Amino acid sequence: METVVELSGVVAVLSNFPALAGIDLVVHRGEIVLLHGPNGAGKTSVLRVCAGLLPIERGEGSVMGVNLRTHRESVREQVGLLGHSNGLYLELTVTQNVSFWASTVGATAQEVALAMQRMKIDGRLAHVKASQLSAGQRRRCALASLIVRRASLWLLDEPHAGLDTAGQDELDAILQSAVSSGATVVLASHETQRSRLLATRVIKVDGGLISGSES
Amino acid sequence: MTTTQSTATPTTQKLGIATAIAVIFLVLSGLIFSAEDVVQGSTVRMMYVHVPSIWVAYLAFGLTALCSAVYVSNRSRSLIWDRFAGASAEIGVLFVAISLVTGSLWGRLTWGTFWVWDARLTSTAFLFITYIGYLAVRRLGGTFSQRARRSAIMALLAVLEIPLVHFSVNLWRTLHQKASIADPNAKVQLDGFMLFTLFWGLVSFSMLFAWLLIHRQRLMALEDAVQDQGLDRAIQERRTEAGR
Amino acid sequence: MTSRMQTVRRVSLAVVRKDLRIEWSSKVLLNQVAPFSLVIMIMFAFALDNEGILQRVAPGLVWLATLFSMLVIVQRSFAVETADGALDALRVAGTEPLGIFIGKSLALMVQLLALELMLLAIALVLYAVEPTAMGYAETFATMLIATIGLGFVGTLYGGLGAGARGRETLLPLLLLPAVAPVLIGATRATEAAFGSGGAQSSEGWPWIGLLAVFAGVFGAVGALAFGPMIEE
Repeated sequence: METVVELSGVVAVLSNFPALAGIDLVVHRGEIVLLHGPNGAGKTSVLRVCAGLLPIERGEGSVMGVNLRTHRESVREQVGLLGHSNGLYLELTVTQNVSFWASTVGATAQEVALAMQRMKIDGRLAHVKASQLSAGQRRRCALASLIVRRASLWLLDEPHAGLDTAGQDELDAILQSAVSSGATVVLASHETQRSRLLATRVIKVDGGLISGSES
Repeated sequence: MTTTQSTATPTTQKLGIATAIAVIFLVLSGLIFSAEDVVQGSTVRMMYVHVPSIWVAYLAFGLTALCSAVYVSNRSRSLIWDRFAGASAEIGVLFVAISLVTGSLWGRLTWGTFWVWDARLTSTAFLFITYIGYLAVRRLGGTFSQRARRSAIMALLAVLEIPLVHFSVNLWRTLHQKASIADPNAKVQLDGFMLFTLFWGLVSFSMLFAWLLIHRQRLMALEDAVQDQGLDRAIQERRTEAGR
Repeated sequence: MTSRMQTVRRVSLAVVRKDLRIEWSSKVLLNQVAPFSLVIMIMFAFALDNEGILQRVAPGLVWLATLFSMLVIVQRSFAVETADGALDALRVAGTEPLGIFIGKSLALMVQLLALELMLLAIALVLYAVEPTAMGYAETFATMLIATIGLGFVGTLYGGLGAGARGRETLLPLLLLPAVAPVLIGATRATEAAFGSGGAQSSEGWPWIGLLAVFAGVFGAVGALAFGPMIEE
């Protein structure tokens, strides 16, 4: 099975604080890996390292064969990160936001419509400004942008947060279908019950280190 | 459990002594042995500090740009180049400040004004501000390699800006040139010994620059090492807190 | 056109359209920046208190007001990116940084041009300036070329300021010295265009040449340095 993420002894620093204190992690294609652990454990940092956003201070890492120490910018075209913030332009409408993302990758209007449909933000919501959306609606808008970008590695930070049950179900379905079309998913979540059902592997992160793994 | 480490080595000690001797000789030459100027009298002696200062400043900034370029192009990205660039810029800013102050005093003594908007002074003031900006960017934090990359870009931008501004300012001032040339050292007749003293000033200030540079770079390396140790400690703490 | 150039073009168009759409929707330029620059122009009059002098230095005042307002516009341009982590998201997606640079520069240029035209009109009214037809041509040429340079350099330094917290306050310190050549060149060219202080119209064109060099240099540098600049 192809290795999508490979981290060994990774130390990553945020303003002189070691957010990651020596992470070893291997993720294979087609997995849905759940990272769980207390606040401040370093889950977000693991995701950001995999996205090539946070530089590696010590240790080695590679994502899809690209060395994170030397070429972390190149990793990004194939990775979709959904962090705590949604990456939306608050002054633009839902449609304008998703279309913007689509136009940066050359996706068609149909793909935009499809993504919005799947996340149930078409119809009335389509012409609402992002600033006027609820937290859950913004999340769905961000996910639609992610779908339209056709990433191979999905990195999701608390993706269920702010979604109602129907939204969470839909998200799970989308992740399953992304994986069956060849993508890989790593998500960090507090929603351990639901996520455990979804995940193929569960990993506990604590104090900047991996402290447990179950399948 | 602190250890004190000095940035001195036998080489720098020899250099330091040589520099001290050179500077003392400069002071003596400048203040006592060399003649007064026909027009300016004793105030011409300012030149022996002012001119070498600006020379060192340009040397320093040139070195900053060079080291930044090496850092960027060097595949191994060795941080020592970044430290030299930063240390050099710090010393450069110091010497620009000295040259601006001495130039200003000199102008006051010779022409009665602390400042004139001639091309050279204006460009020099601009140089000063640009490198203050560079030093501010160096202090933004992040990992050492982030700092190095950002600073290298800033240094190379500065190298582009300085000639542009210099050219614009020159063009501007030559069109508005007043009758008197406001540079005090433009009309000084230098006899043999005065010229020698001026050159000696360049030499001794360059030695001073080299001495300061080596020490500052080593100090930076130590500061970075302390930060690294701090990181090691922090990693240890984080690990033990996780084990709990 | 190579595929990379196609990507750059696509991203640039997407970004410039997005930025202008945001401005159209929020009207910050119209409601906040324009009144701000109008206030600056009026305060100049309070400070300088002499109609002859005002007329003489009107070009300088127009460009000073432009540069101070540019600080606000650039900060705004990147504030919309950092408000919800959009720039982060663009970076993560590996969106071609050159495309982002060109797109944001173009949007900035459009906004600056609009502002400058307004300031010109104000100067004509408040400072009693009366250019000839040739003067108008020269003024517009100056504005166009100066603005191209300002768009590039503003986006470049704005990108540096956008990264982490505490960087926004660096923008004035870094940007204003960098645009000094534009201030000098544009003011001298505009003085020539207005005939201020006896300047001849022909004296302005060399300065416009300098502005073109500035625009070229910062366009090239920005294209190379913007990507690394917006890194964390």
